[in-house]
Amino acid sequence: MPDDRTPNPRALPEQSEWTFDLIEQAHEEIRRVARQFGLDTYPNQLEIITAEQMMDAYTSVGMPVSYNHWSFGKHFLTTEKSYKRGQMGLAYEIVINSNPCIAYLMEENSLTMQALVIAHAAYGHNSFFKGNYLFRTWTDAEAIVDYMVFAKNYIAECEQRYGIDAVEDLLDSCHAIQNYGVDRYKRPAKLSVAQEAARQKEREEYAQSQVNALWRTLPRREEEEERNAPPPRFPLEPEENLLYFIEKYAPLLEPWQRELVRITRKISQYFYPQRQTQVMNEGWATFWHYTILQELYKEGIVGDGFMLEFLQSHTNVVYQPAATSPYYSGINPYALGFAMMSDIRRICESPTDEDRAWFPDIAGSDWRKTLDFAMRNFKDESFIAQYLSPKLIRDFHFFAVLDDDRSDKLTISAIHDEAGYRYVRQQLAEQYNIGNREPNIQVWQVNTRDDRALTLRHTQFQRRPLNGQAQEVLKHVARLWGFDVRLETVDTGGHVVSFLDCRREKRNR
Amino acid sequence: MTYLIDRRLQSKNKSAVNRERFLRRYKAQIKDAVGRAIKGRSITDVENGEKVSIPVKDVNEPHFGHAHGGVWETINPGNTEYQKGDQFNRPRSGGGGSGRGRAGNSEQTVEDDFIFELSREEFMNYFFEDLELPNMVKTQLTQTIDFKTQRAGYNVSGTPSNIHVLRSLRGALGRRIAVGGPSRRELARAQDELNELHQQEVPEDDPRVIELRRQIHHYHTRINAIPFIDPFDLRYSNRIKVPKPSTQAVMFCIMDVSGSMDETRKDTAKRFFILLYLFLKRVYEHIDVVFIRHHTAAAEVDEDEFFHSRESGGTVVSSALHLLQKVIGERYSTSDWNAYVAQASDGDNWDNDSVLCKQLLSNGIMPKVQYYTYVEITDGPPQNLWEQYTEVAAHHANFAMQKIVTPADIYPVFRELFKKQPK
Repeated sequence: MPDDRTPNPRALPEQSEWTFDLIEQAHEEIRRVARQFGLDTYPNQLEIITAEQMMDAYTSVGMPVSYNHWSFGKHFLTTEKSYKRGQMGLAYEIVINSNPCIAYLMEENSLTMQALVIAHAAYGHNSFFKGNYLFRTWTDAEAIVDYMVFAKNYIAECEQRYGIDAVEDLLDSCHAIQNYGVDRYKRPAKLSVAQEAARQKEREEYAQSQVNALWRTLPRREEEEERNAPPPRFPLEPEENLLYFIEKYAPLLEPWQRELVRITRKISQYFYPQRQTQVMNEGWATFWHYTILQELYKEGIVGDGFMLEFLQSHTNVVYQPAATSPYYSGINPYALGFAMMSDIRRICESPTDEDRAWFPDIAGSDWRKTLDFAMRNFKDESFIAQYLSPKLIRDFHFFAVLDDDRSDKLTISAIHDEAGYRYVRQQLAEQYNIGNREPNIQVWQVNTRDDRALTLRHTQFQRRPLNGQAQEVLKHVARLWGFDVRLETVDTGGHVVSFLDCRREKRNR
Repeated sequence: MTYLIDRRLQSKNKSAVNRERFLRRYKAQIKDAVGRAIKGRSITDVENGEKVSIPVKDVNEPHFGHAHGGVWETINPGNTEYQKGDQFNRPRSGGGGSGRGRAGNSEQTVEDDFIFELSREEFMNYFFEDLELPNMVKTQLTQTIDFKTQRAGYNVSGTPSNIHVLRSLRGALGRRIAVGGPSRRELARAQDELNELHQQEVPEDDPRVIELRRQIHHYHTRINAIPFIDPFDLRYSNRIKVPKPSTQAVMFCIMDVSGSMDETRKDTAKRFFILLYLFLKRVYEHIDVVFIRHHTAAAEVDEDEFFHSRESGGTVVSSALHLLQKVIGERYSTSDWNAYVAQASDGDNWDNDSVLCKQLLSNGIMPKVQYYTYVEITDGPPQNLWEQYTEVAAHHANFAMQKIVTPADIYPVFRELFKKQPK
């Protein structure tokens, strides 16, 4: 096929070395095609970095700046070790959900790989960040980089004032429950650096006064009679956001410590959407790099050599080993996401009778609009529940395994057949429900009259127990709370089945 | 609007702070590892990085998570044989993969150690830490040796910028002469014969003339085919790196191995020897290390035996000094070698031997050595050897002695040595 094409005057040269001019040229072409397909993105900022800098970026979870902490050093040592031994390659790209959207291109990449990264990160991920409802609700791309700078400076200042150890201990404790620093249902207020800095002082004073009112030990006279009445329940409703609760109500924290809790909470919130949209996000980006580069090939902008290198890399990325393979380590989000995005396009463009029966709304519709709608309004869980087609279940040979510790055998509960499609789809969607993946732990109540002990409740899901680290985490919670902490595990009926205690012998502060 | 930014030149090593934080947090474990490494290593091999391993449970950051148990229903790809309702036994470990889902991530991997490498500088810093070296000295010891490049003749390989034109062309000329020699000789012969035939007025179509003309043509072609210059002719200026210090030194380690020297004392002594070695390494390019151990008799031994064998019995220090004098006299003449002596002992000696030691040192040894260091690893009162040595120290500026209890006391012995260092 390529032989009878007339050479495109804007064709990229067939070479593997990149230059700044060539990257600009490739980017210009990708941008044109992406716009043709109607991708809406933040402006792009492409940054060429070295492998070392890529490892640095890994360490600070992809943020261009981050505060200092030993755990990042540990992360760095691990990455460095396996990279130097050749056990792992570095990711080709890291992209940051910010405005402008920052995408890192690694120096070692060939021209083809740079083009792939630009299409994948700067147009795929970028448009996902801008469009998906979770990111729109939970993160503020305008402010994140500035906020990280604020956090870094604030924490550095605290280290100078209160010592590295005090800050490190506190951050350790916050990190331990960082995943519980998110409001899952309540819509969050957006970050704003200007407000953040201006209102920080105000907040410190206010928060402190609130805490004092709650823990006042000298009751006023008129309340004297009420003392025999049972104390009002506190908090009135269980609180799912542990870090928020600690920030607001932990009795003994200093104002700067509250601010640090808040910083870790805000960062956790920023990453919350990414944890919920892995399949979609990677699938979307992979679908678009594939589509855009195929388009460039059709136009004759890129040649056969380029395509072969690209396809080789692409196939590696979307490879899904079978469950029986020694390389199997769960479902590859790139593979599933890419397959689903491509499948939606297929259903729109050339639906079969089965598709018409399963997806009457989208079969035969405009694929770009349908995909755009899917990208904007779903997260992994709902995306799979909505769009996983019987064809894909067959292609992947999905099967469900039921492992119940009350039975001594594993059972195949469904396979890729007519009877199993809906069941498999439902189960797979559940598997991506972050609420099921992580133990459901909430603040249950505080003993306001007596020893100020904090009780957390772990509501069991499918009778799954907590892992062995729970006791360690509880110590961290106790450090933040300053008093005894108890973690109760309750079954779905609300009966306490087991508990863990962490007692503070005495206040060491 | 798009920006393309080249960040490669900025902010390298962003993680250095975090790495340092990590080391700071696990200082105790790392110091243990360094201590073990020093015990296990040879004196001459102290200057390398070290692998440090910390149990993973110490570096673990705990998080709430699910353990295996209760009900797990997982979707897996790649079904080949199963039908709905099939039952099979639980796989023992994560091997089969199916059915385990992500339950395996919690406690399975905990057993391994977290291993990372300390760089040479970091390792040295930990080593120096309990020696309480002044900073100036630390930098002096940790710095890498300066090299200077100097010409070292010519080489047949190298970078194009180093091609030596004159040499290459001279070689080419020689090769052309040598390779072309036989052809030219034959050409001259053919030419002569042809001239002769011409003089005899032999006609042009005579077969001999035709043959000679063919030969002349043949040899011309051969000579012309010799290339003017060939890759074979290329010569490159050769530069080699030479470390700046270029003298040699010999270091004598003398240790009392009588029964009273226990493992801790030997360990302290080892650190003392290492420090002297490190110092010498900065200053001298080539260092010989000679190990002399003694109880009532002295012997020259290798490093392993020096540190790891135990003897018992009394102590005659002069035996070691006799041997030292003999070795210097036989193998390390003062004109070629700078001799340094490090002696470690617990201070015991036969009473009348100490006077002999003083005489040996003052008359025979001190004039021949650059520096003599003596440490007495003891917390008891001074004995007669110490008193005699004090007199030696009074007369010789290059004699240093110190009574030490902990490794931190070692450095003062070398203070003079490091002060004198001209840099």
